[in-house]
This record gives sequence, structure tokens and C-alpha cells, in this order.
Amino acid sequence: MNQSTSQPAPLFQFSDQRLQYQGRTVLDNLSLNIARGERVALIGESGAGKSTVLKALREQCPDQVAWCPQQPGLVPILSTFHNIYMGALDSHSLAYNLINLIKPLPGALNIVQPIAKQLGLEQQLFSSTDKLSGGQQQRTSIGRALIQQRPIFIGDEPVANVDEYQGEVLLQLICQGHETVVLALHDIAQALSTCTRIIGLQDGAIVLDALSEELQASDLAGLYGAS
Amino acid sequence: MALSSPTPKSANSSAASSNNSSASALRNISFWFAVSALICLLLVDIDISTADPWAELSLMTAGALSPSVWSWPTLLSSLANTFAFALQGVTLAAIAGFTLALGYRFTLVRAFCAFIRSIHELFWALLFMQVAGLSSLTGLLAIAIPYAGTLAKIYGELFEEVDSAPANNLPPSNRRPLSHFFYSVLPLAWRSMATYTSYRFECAIRSSAILGFVGLPTLGFHLETALSDGHYSEAAAFFYALLLLIGTLRLWLHKRLLPIYLVAVFYYLPPQATISWQLLVRFVTEDIVPGPLRGQVLLSSETFNNLSQWFNALWQQQIWPGLVNTVLLGQISLVFTGLLALALLPLNSPLFMGHGRFMDHGRFISHSWKRGIGDSILVLLRTLPEYLLAFIGLLILGPSMLPAILALGIHNGAIIGHLLGRYTEEFNLRADASRGITLYFYEVLPRIYRQFLAFLFYRWEVILRETAILGILGIATLGFYIDSAFETFRFDVALLLILVSAALNISVDQFARYLRQRLQLKTVPESL
Repeated sequence: MNQSTSQPAPLFQFSDQRLQYQGRTVLDNLSLNIARGERVALIGESGAGKSTVLKALREQCPDQVAWCPQQPGLVPILSTFHNIYMGALDSHSLAYNLINLIKPLPGALNIVQPIAKQLGLEQQLFSSTDKLSGGQQQRTSIGRALIQQRPIFIGDEPVANVDEYQGEVLLQLICQGHETVVLALHDIAQALSTCTRIIGLQDGAIVLDALSEELQASDLAGLYGAS
Repeated sequence: MALSSPTPKSANSSAASSNNSSASALRNISFWFAVSALICLLLVDIDISTADPWAELSLMTAGALSPSVWSWPTLLSSLANTFAFALQGVTLAAIAGFTLALGYRFTLVRAFCAFIRSIHELFWALLFMQVAGLSSLTGLLAIAIPYAGTLAKIYGELFEEVDSAPANNLPPSNRRPLSHFFYSVLPLAWRSMATYTSYRFECAIRSSAILGFVGLPTLGFHLETALSDGHYSEAAAFFYALLLLIGTLRLWLHKRLLPIYLVAVFYYLPPQATISWQLLVRFVTEDIVPGPLRGQVLLSSETFNNLSQWFNALWQQQIWPGLVNTVLLGQISLVFTGLLALALLPLNSPLFMGHGRFMDHGRFISHSWKRGIGDSILVLLRTLPEYLLAFIGLLILGPSMLPAILALGIHNGAIIGHLLGRYTEEFNLRADASRGITLYFYEVLPRIYRQFLAFLFYRWEVILRETAILGILGIATLGFYIDSAFETFRFDVALLLILVSAALNISVDQFARYLRQRLQLKTVPESL
């Protein structure tokens, strides 16, 4: 059932699990293993249950996951610097965080600046995020995940608001920085080129689970609007 | 990647001056307000002058814990009077305010409204008392006039704010503009008008109670007597009656019962006064005319010299010191209000008083018993009239500006804190948002700051009006000199000082409006 059995113990494990979203059952009898080192793409129409699966994954090992939601959820009047730094709040003392809020501290800048540079945000480092474009906001959101330096990245359409080329670059960046990656994606080409394994969801059930090297784009087309 | 990327330091300093940072303008204005308040704090007297404030406080606490009703008929009649003045006043104010709001696009109407609301209800009461005595008419007008100015402003702004599509879709014709208004504007604004008017009614009950401090037969009259005499148990009974009246409004003041209550209050306390016309004519043509002008030939150089001497003396001895103290106290109280509001807002926020778990959307479950208790504290603090708080503060701490600062801060801070807390319900936080103090400073404070400043600037005029009025309690703001002028029957001086305080309030209101526009803060109040 799980093709990548090279790793001994799976990182995430569901067996016959029922997943709910706002009190409504979205997935019944979910059985799924994801191993360390895998790069998984969840694809399927909206409402198929992708976000619900991602949430359940986050809850399985919250301390190892860097999370990147579909809505960046940035704090509008704070700068790009602060919004990226917010990913690292828990690894600094309260006093440090508060001083850094008033005046960016050199230590924090040293961590944030290289990330902003990678994301092409160095010119916007001290702009408020409400002055950024949608794509820049999404990159800031990815920055907040990158700064956490967690082994697992879980993202819900993390590059939906940027163009294809940039999306490709950002996904590479995400894969470089994280051992295990699980993404909900709607772009089939991106899913095939970035991820090693594709899981297709339809009407609350897994209808496809295969290695991407064994798949063609046409195999996946049916997952969207097939009805 | 650009090679010319700025060094962190220069990037940081340029951010403060460039337009790319939304926070810098807000931060600058906050900084200057805080600095000005600190400077003001150095200039005023905030000492505790009573020998043993704790002794007085413990006596008061003992009284608060053992309320005793000295006479039920007195308590009930003063309660009924408080309610009657408030309901009559707001009803009249709503009718007059609505009429004025219809012409709110005319500058003259707007200026008139700004003028009548810039004079505090206690000052109106002191003026009417001179001609109509301590009568029911005085109480009614003292509330109705300034409230009409406020309601006209709010109604007028609401009319301007409504969606213009329905009005534009009507067949074009100017023959029946009022009919057009009643069909396409009023229905859209009605709900907000009703909400705001009911909020103002709660304020009117506070105002009505406070009118007792200048002699009208409301709760404040007995509160002042009992507190001044140190009969704290009796005072507590009146105090709780006031809290109960405001706290239970929602339970018994239903829309459908309103006509019955209206008939009842006008039957119980018909607005009347025995006005001596002779006295009225004398008051208007002589008493309030500046002394040097009375019975003199106008335009003579001697009269002019006398007048300018009269004014100069007044300016040096009363107007200038009164103005300075009012502004100093107002500024300190404004900043203190802001700090308290920011500190108190978690009490009414589901983010801090919730179950501590995020829902699927990152939204919190909004009902929890913790938040219920937290918000009750804010509502209680908001219910206490600042005038009464300052009076109690003076008894405990002695005469200085400290009680006034505390009173204004607590009352207004609780109002803004309550509204800001409710505002945080709307936040869609990420599932990985931080907790506790970090959550407050990184997520909540930046998101509410714009709204916070908008609320605070709205409150500025109100705080300054109150600051002037607290002078009646003996703090040397404009109200102190106004009260002394009334006591010595120098009505010309009283009127001039009232006009000065009105001018100050109007200027501050204009300045606050300018700041709101410049900082692009929301300009329509929700319930302030």
C-alpha cells in the first residue's frame, strides 16, 4: 500500500481514521502513512478534504512542523522583517521579542535577512506587509515557515498567488530547507515536478496514491471536474 | 537579487521616513502624545494630600459592603427622577437631532451642532438654573440640548455613509427630496441610529445622575450629600441603585414598552418651571452682558478701555490658568486612558479569555465564562460616571489632579477596552500563532492599533469636556472658575468662560478629525 517502504518507521500514520471539519465528517476510514524524507503532493478539487488532512498531519507532530496556510495571515502594519521573524518567536525570550518589535535587533536581522534574500524580499524588508503584493505576501508567509528550521514543511497552496516560474523556485527552496514536505497543490505540473509522491483525494477518499515518476499529467486530470 | 541592497541600519532608518511603513506614522504620533503627557505630568500637582488615604478607603469599603437605605421613598423617587430626566432628555434630543441631521450638509447647521454639544450638560444646567431654578425643565433641557448636538452629528454622518445605490436608483426628481430620503436613506441608517441612540440613553442616565451634584433631585444629589458627610453605607445604597438601573436596562426597556415609559415619565415629571419673565429679561439683557458694557454707550473709547481691562484681568487670573490646566489634565488623562484601554482589552477578548484552543478557521470559540467575567468588569467600570469617580477619588486622595486623571482614565479606558476587545473577535489568526504576551504584542496590538487611535481620538473631545467639568469639584480647570463665577453671581464671567471652554472643545474636535484623516483612521464611530 505504501510504496516508499525504504524508511522503517513512518512519520505520519493514519489507520481507518475519521477526520472531521467543523463537526462534519470529511474523510471516513483514512489509512495513510508518510515516511521521513518523502515529498508528498495532495491534489483534488476544493472540498475534497485536502485542508482537513493537512490539519490532521499537523496535529500528529506539532513540534516538528513548519506550517504555511493558504491565507498568509500576516499582521498588516508590521514589516516583512517582523512577519518573517514571527516564526521564531518561541525560540527567543519575551524581552528579546518585545525589544525586537520596537527596534529590529542585529541578531534577528542576521537570521531574517538571508531568508528574505532567498525569497527576493530584501527590498521590502522594512515595508509593511499591507503594502506588499499578493505574491510578496505569500513569500513572506513562506519565510515565516523557513525561519522555524523544522524538519517537516506542511503547506496549503503555498505558491498559489505567484507565477509559475517563481512558484517553481519557491517550491525548490522549500524542499531544500525541509527533510519532509507535504503540500496541497492544484497545479498538476508543479506537483509532478516537485514531489516524489502524489495522493489524489476525491469526495473524502484517497483515489490515487503513487510515485510521481510513474504518473503522467493525464492520469491526474480526472481528479478535477471529472464528474 | 539586487546588489544595491541597503544595509540593515539605513534600511531601518529610511523605513521610518518612507511611505512603505504603515506603522511609522502611527508610532510617531503615539510617541509624541506620550512625550507630551509626560511633560504635562511634570507640570501638574499629582500629590496625595490626605494624611491617611487608606483609612478613608477602608471606611468606604466598609460602607460599600454594608449598604443601608436611609429612606426608601427618597431612594425610589430619586431613581425615578434620574430615569425620567434621561428618557425625556434623550427623546427630545433624538427628535431635535434628527431634524438637525436633515440639514447636516450645511456648514452653519454643523457649526451650531458642534457648539451646543461642546458645552457640558452640567454647564447647561448651571445656566438654566439661573432663570428656571431647580426645576424639571432645567433638568430636561440640560440633557436634551448637548445630546441633540451629538445625535445630530452621528445621524448626519450615518446618512452620509449609507449605500448611495438605492437613492441613485430612484427616478430623478427634486420635487420630493424628503420622500426620497425617507424611502432610500432612512431605512438603511435606521438600525445604526437605534443602536447609537440606545447607547446615548445609557450615557444620559449617567448625566442625569450627575445633575444631582448641582442640586437637581436625582441620585447624584443624595450621593453627594451622603459621601460628603461620610455616610458611606447610605451612599453605597444610592450607588448600587444607579448601577442596577443601568445594568438592568436591557431587561425591561423594550422597544415596544417605550411609549408606555414615555407617557409615564412625562406624567410623573412634567417639564415645567415658574419662570419670572422679568428675571429672564434681566438675565439676558444685563446679567450675562460683560460688566463694563452694561448701560454704557457702545463704541465709546472709554467703554472699550474698560472692556479691554476687564478682559485682560480675566485672561490673566482665570481664562489662561483655566485653559492651561484643562489642557494639561486632558492630555495626561487621554494618554492614561489609552494605556488603560490597551491593558484592559484582553478582558473582553476571546483570544485571551477563551478556551485557549483555535477552531478550524483559526477563530476562537467566542463564548466563555472567563470572558463573561472579564467583560462584566469593563462594563462595570464604564458604568461609573467619571464625575462621581473623581469625587470619590478626591475624598480618598485629597485635592490634586490625581483623582481626576484616575477617574477619566478608568471610565474612558474601560469603554475603549471593551470595544477593542470585541474588535479582536474578527481576527482570523493562523493556527500556528503564538500565545499570551507575545500574541498580544505581535498579533493583536499591531492589528488593533489603527482602530485604537480612532477610538481614542473620538474620545479626546469627550475627555476634555469632562476635564473642564471636573473643575466644579475644585480642580483648577475651566470648570472651577465657571463654578466660582456662578457662585458669586458674575454671570457675564461665567458665560465668557463657558464660551472659552466650548471653543477649546471645538478646536480639539477639529484637530482630532484632522489627525484621523491624516492617519487614515476610520472616521465613523461605532458606539462612542
